[in-house]
Amino acid sequence: MIAPTLVRPRSGGSERRRVPPVVAAVVTVLVAVTLIPLGYVIATTIATGWETASALIFRPRVGELLRNTVALVVITVPVCMTLGVGAAWIVERTTVFGHRYWAPILAAPLAVPAFVNSYAWVSVIPSLHGLWSGVLVATLSYFPLVALPVAATLRRLDPGIEESAGALGAGPYRVFFRIVVPQLRLPILGGGLLIGLHLLAEYGAFAMLRFDTFTTAIFEQFQSTFNGAAGSMLASVLVLCCLVLLVAEAAARGSARYARVGSGAPRRPDRIRLRWSAVPAALGLVALTVAALGVPLWTIARWLRIGGTDVWRTGTLWPAFAQTLALGLLGAAVTTALAFPVAWIAVRRPGVFSRMVEGCNYVTSSLPGIVTALALITVTIRYANPLYQTVIVLITAYVLMFLPRALVSLRSGLAQVPVGLEEASAALGRSQASTFVRVTLRLTAPAAAAGAALVFMAIVTELTATLLLAPIGTRTLSTRFWSLTSELDYAAAAPFALAMILLALPMTYLLMRQSQKAAGL
Amino acid sequence: MSEVEIESLSKSYGPIEVLDAVTLRVERGTTTAVVGSSGCGKTTLLRVVAGFDSPDAGTVSIAGALVARPGRVVPPHRRRVGYVAQDGALFPHLSVAGNIGFGLRGTRSGDRARSGRRVAQLLEMVSLDESYARRRPHELSGGQQQRVALARALAREPEVMLLDEPFSALDAGLRASTRKSVAQTLDAAGVTTILVTHDQEEALSFAGQVAVMRAGRFTQVGAPEQVYHRPVDIFTAEFLGECVLLPAVVAGGIADCALGRIPVRANAFEGPARMMLRPEQIVASDPGEDPDGRKTGTVTATEFLGTQALLDITLDSSPTHIRVRQAGTRTPAVGSLVAIEVLGEAEVFPVANRNG
Repeated sequence: MIAPTLVRPRSGGSERRRVPPVVAAVVTVLVAVTLIPLGYVIATTIATGWETASALIFRPRVGELLRNTVALVVITVPVCMTLGVGAAWIVERTTVFGHRYWAPILAAPLAVPAFVNSYAWVSVIPSLHGLWSGVLVATLSYFPLVALPVAATLRRLDPGIEESAGALGAGPYRVFFRIVVPQLRLPILGGGLLIGLHLLAEYGAFAMLRFDTFTTAIFEQFQSTFNGAAGSMLASVLVLCCLVLLVAEAAARGSARYARVGSGAPRRPDRIRLRWSAVPAALGLVALTVAALGVPLWTIARWLRIGGTDVWRTGTLWPAFAQTLALGLLGAAVTTALAFPVAWIAVRRPGVFSRMVEGCNYVTSSLPGIVTALALITVTIRYANPLYQTVIVLITAYVLMFLPRALVSLRSGLAQVPVGLEEASAALGRSQASTFVRVTLRLTAPAAAAGAALVFMAIVTELTATLLLAPIGTRTLSTRFWSLTSELDYAAAAPFALAMILLALPMTYLLMRQSQKAAGL
Repeated sequence: MSEVEIESLSKSYGPIEVLDAVTLRVERGTTTAVVGSSGCGKTTLLRVVAGFDSPDAGTVSIAGALVARPGRVVPPHRRRVGYVAQDGALFPHLSVAGNIGFGLRGTRSGDRARSGRRVAQLLEMVSLDESYARRRPHELSGGQQQRVALARALAREPEVMLLDEPFSALDAGLRASTRKSVAQTLDAAGVTTILVTHDQEEALSFAGQVAVMRAGRFTQVGAPEQVYHRPVDIFTAEFLGECVLLPAVVAGGIADCALGRIPVRANAFEGPARMMLRPEQIVASDPGEDPDGRKTGTVTATEFLGTQALLDITLDSSPTHIRVRQAGTRTPAVGSLVAIEVLGEAEVFPVANRNG
């Protein structure tokens, strides 16, 4: 054989622990950018000074906003949890009429942005406003965030455990509350946290219902005084609320894990035969479908009928559609590409650094879009003025807000590529680069595509950050929809709502598939 | 010169010394099994030879070319080694033909027809029908997957084939047959092979040279019969199979013990010793009218294993318990009296040698 040349192994005996420089550089820059929103909040609070800050924070208006926001979270989250668990359980574990076809109802409402839902309900009941209307719309928009992961977990529960409980003398109710619900703790808490964060971050839905939360107040403040201290202080309180939610969820989750003990593949759980309760169960699902999907679709249809052909001829629909598509594709591509090194570090080099990277990401993506947007505006105006109001800043905001959606998918995809396959490729004469392209990238491609699709869906239906950051002249479906509804031209807004739903709908299927896979991890 | 030369190889992960100055030579065209319990360092040794890990000290040469020394290693894709992992590590996104051809296309011009012929040829080498070429890895049984993995590794005509417990994921029946067919394939191809396993039976039956490993060192390297019947210490003896261990005194080529006077190998030491016999060296039979000077004992328990039976026997002359393995056709009943005979030579170890 040809005597091969000896090369220096990457850092002696610990070459398997090393992070390639390109990956390290990308991740480090990403972390630095990730820290901008939190840094902005802390820096402005310090710069404002205690006296001004306390004067701005401890005033009746903030108290009112806090009461509103807390009430919204405290009421909506448990309602969503109950509704989500109930719907998921009926769909997954009972013989409810047509149980094979109900599964999409647990995901499809996510295709209707919350502000479109508000628009629909306000159209049906024009007097709708205040806390309870907010609870109604938020529940219908966000309950899938609990229902989806719960359904996925229900499908994977080992029926043997329930059977054992039955054999130990527990009746069906006792089995449900003592055995099934505790095993659903993680998806319920995780979904509840997501709903809480959405409630804190949502602007459009509550503004339309004339219900004031921190986010709507910050937005109004920003529109009147651009970037004043009052808005920044409200943002600080909002960030504090987010952190409270994150800590509360982490504490409630504890360190408990509900992994199945034992080996072998679990059987699929049996469905519970419903007798007299089959009718109310089916009616409940029908009512939920009507409220969450029927009302928005019917409203859009009604406005389209009223608007006739005129609303399609405004000349702004197709440019907005094209711009949204372009922003969505670009944002999804950039976010997924950046998620790759983060996922790689998390899967292949787990350790303090990878946990720190993920932690920063998690906190930043949990912050309301309005805080991220304000932070990026402030930083670009002060330090990178040429970037202000460019697509680059908008895409950066999307990356910061939606990176975890790509990450979750990529991580599990990458985890399914055993190191053994890469070693096998190396032993078969492939260089590292060739191995990455022909084995690793090839095998993670489906996961990357799924992650990109979810980011795309989030961008298409994003309103708050897009309103604040979009370059002048940019009209996306959501911003155009928003300005038309602000002018109370509900008929003209209908095609935009329909376009957003149609773009997002296919992605909800992916979301459904992903939650099913994630429950197995 | 040997095909694979491993010289004083050491490797630590943090404070744990996984390989401690290991030296091994594997001659061209032969098969060596490295056997040891899990965590003894055998897999690390294989990974250093493959190029997945680099040594802290020592060198590895393949076919006369130095491929690893501290600070300098040849990356795996430039070594002419074949590697078959425990689970086969077949690429799930490629067909069987794609898997086998994976290493081919990089080395030769992308001649499809020639590559197709080579795939068929390799499938035949591992006794798989040509029709398997279009299948996906998940459509194969565990044994077939391992044979495809072997064909894939053979495709590049490696100088050395490295097998990392390739049979342990298979169930008992399949394991023996797959092992046999792999051994035949490798023998026919004349490839120098290193097999790593924790299964002593596999090691003894597969290889021409067996290296017993313990805590990062080889306790003994030799032919299967040698390491089995002439182990250098009690650890090696017990690792490779069941032992009957009795105190004895050695003098003039004879070990005097509870079973009588038993010959030992000529140049053995003299004095107090622990004597080792394999259970199949002891025969328990019906004593008849006259034990004829043979030791006798009483069967206290039997365990029927199908082809064989295990007998627990308490000697009449002294309170010594021994275990005997013999053909299961005529198993004496519990409580019956048996006469005991010893076949062949015993192995003796100095008393202080308990821990090898």
